[in-house]
Amino acid sequence: MSATSLIAYAKVAKRFDGGRVVAVDDVSLEVAGGEFVAIVGGSGSGKTTLLRLANRLIEADGGTITVEGEDVRAADPISLRRRIGYVFQSGALFPHMSVAGNIGITPQLLGWAARDISARTDELLDLVRLERAPYRDRMPHELSGGQRQRVGVARALAARPRIVLMDEPFGALDPLTRDALGEDYRELHGKLGLTTVMITHDMTEAILLADRIAVMRAGKLLAQGTPAELAASRDPYVGELLRTPRRQAERLNERLPRGGA
Amino acid sequence: MSLLSDPRWGEALAHLPDYLGNHVRVSITALALGLAVSLPLAILSRHRPILRGALLGLASIVQTVPGLALLALFYPLLLALAAITLSWFGFAFSAFGFLPAVLALALYSMLPVLRNTITGLQGVDAAILEAAQGVGMTPRQSLAMVELPLALPVMMAGIRTAAVWVIGTATLSTPIGQTSLGNYIFAGLQTQNWVFVLFGCIAAAALALMVDQLLALIESGLRNRSRLRAALGSAGIAALVAATLVPAMARSSSSYVVGAKTFAEQYVLSALVAQRLRAAGLSATSREGLGSNVIFDALASGDIDVYVDYSGTLWANQFHRTDIKPRNELLAELKAILAKRDITLLGELGFENAYALVMPRKRAAGLGIKGIADLASRAPALSIAADYEFFSRPEWAALQKAYGLSFRSQRTMQPDFMYAAVASGEVDVIAGYTSDGLIAKYDLVALDDPRRAIPPYDAMVLLAPKRAGDEKLKAALQPLLGRIDIATMREANLRAAGNDASSSPDAVARWLWEKVGKH
Repeated sequence: MSATSLIAYAKVAKRFDGGRVVAVDDVSLEVAGGEFVAIVGGSGSGKTTLLRLANRLIEADGGTITVEGEDVRAADPISLRRRIGYVFQSGALFPHMSVAGNIGITPQLLGWAARDISARTDELLDLVRLERAPYRDRMPHELSGGQRQRVGVARALAARPRIVLMDEPFGALDPLTRDALGEDYRELHGKLGLTTVMITHDMTEAILLADRIAVMRAGKLLAQGTPAELAASRDPYVGELLRTPRRQAERLNERLPRGGA
Repeated sequence: MSLLSDPRWGEALAHLPDYLGNHVRVSITALALGLAVSLPLAILSRHRPILRGALLGLASIVQTVPGLALLALFYPLLLALAAITLSWFGFAFSAFGFLPAVLALALYSMLPVLRNTITGLQGVDAAILEAAQGVGMTPRQSLAMVELPLALPVMMAGIRTAAVWVIGTATLSTPIGQTSLGNYIFAGLQTQNWVFVLFGCIAAAALALMVDQLLALIESGLRNRSRLRAALGSAGIAALVAATLVPAMARSSSSYVVGAKTFAEQYVLSALVAQRLRAAGLSATSREGLGSNVIFDALASGDIDVYVDYSGTLWANQFHRTDIKPRNELLAELKAILAKRDITLLGELGFENAYALVMPRKRAAGLGIKGIADLASRAPALSIAADYEFFSRPEWAALQKAYGLSFRSQRTMQPDFMYAAVASGEVDVIAGYTSDGLIAKYDLVALDDPRRAIPPYDAMVLLAPKRAGDEKLKAALQPLLGRIDIATMREANLRAAGNDASSSPDAVARWLWEKVGKH
């Protein structure tokens, strides 16, 4: 493990159903401080399991996982989760809490003073580009999908984590919202000096947002590297994954006149 | 007289503070106890399928036990428990009234609370549970901050169902000695006082609706985070409880408690006893509608002070004797048994309320039947009807044996309907009660029992052990002993079976005293 890794998986394994289902099979992966890593794979590839092993939402069967240099097995899972931001699929906001209540939840669990939580909530609403006054007291069901996920991101960032884990965060959004949210988040990632691991099944999204991409299939890590490095991979599945966005880009170029909109 | 101007409405209203207060106290206590037990159990069982199944199964079984039986079962159970604590720890508690009612009703309230709490907690979206874990909640925080608030509407629906059930079922706690709105219903049904029945039903329904609405207010307050609504609802329930505590505290505890079983004659006699005590300057309250299995134990343990029972009932039901003895021997032996338990047999009132074989007078004359002996030869062509227990009682076996009786058919019937059935010829003979006023009304005749197969059922006044040396009490009741003959009691019972204001037990008791007291 290199000295700069914030998250390091070493020969990690996880099985379900008494060992019959292999979810993660001998995976080693390092994520450096400040890096944005996307894990790409189809459903059942083990990518979500891999992500959840990092904050012990799921416990590993074998191998070692270190976060900020500490073996997660030695860490208290509750405090581990409180210092790692986690963005869930389509938000998973608490439906009975207001926007402010959702955003302030981890600081509240950490025992921050009410005034500090309130100030932090305003700060985060600004960061995720939601106006303070109209949104603070709104309930989740009163928000659009994009707004909900902005709140989800704000909730993950509330306790000033260094690490953010994202589980297909933009998958359920319409293309425009998805694009805007992705770019906004990438900007926050840089501005706040975050280390981000994002799961996606969409290679285009991974190429556009991530510094490095890890490809998973049937529990195994097939390849990892920058988009350019992946392009050199001889693995047929990785090649197929990369061809799709390229083909789409070429077709788009053919069909859309340049400079027009 | 129109229904609305009936003076019995006023009489019913006068009882309301006492009946309603007791009803609220027992219901709210039972509900609070039920919640205190069910909620933790439901929460505990949410990740334990075996415990969950066991709890729901048990609660469902409890639910299938009829309310009346459940309430009645707790009385002997607690009585045994009280005896144990007395011998082991040197104290006893009253197994009568409040405690068994609260325990049985609390048990009754558990099913809806358990089921809805478990359903509500299981209905919380798995993604939300993961989010709760993911933001760093401990299991306890997840329960308090996410799962319970989200399950609240379903849970509250269960609590409201339980509240309505408990308030309704609490009317059945009257026979085990807990005063409730059921006192109206039991007394009304037995004395044909439909005003009382109606009043009791309306009062219970109104109370149930009110508590349900207050709980709904609390629920909407909790759900919409409106402290005002939650506070208003809670304050309403608190006010209800407080209002019912005032009369309870004001009531003196030194008064004599007169018990009565669940039929009209008993209501009249207990009213008569209470009137005599008051006339002697003693204060008296009534505990009416007590189950016949409960009332003797209540007297023995001092929960009531005085009541009227029947020698044959004590002999066969209370002391489980199957042998039938001549009157004097039986009375002497009964007196000895009672004395062993420190119960005073003050004396007999002068009439018997025994089982008797009853036929229309004309029909009996036509067939040449005077006594049961004459019936035997005719019986194979005749049918007989009796109440629910008669055919399994020792009297029936003794009658069959003594006279060789064998009827063409036998049916069981609600006692109120038997007399009309025999009068109209639907059945030929009934096993009626000798003091029943309907015997005179329908011109029926009770057949002689020369071979004394049916034991004596003398009405007798019994006093609780703690009243054994109470000369004032004895003096107050002395004028009743030996004064009430069978014809007088039949007429009194007939009056009590009427359906107007002069048929209230109090009014009939006054008439009875007019008739027997002036000597």
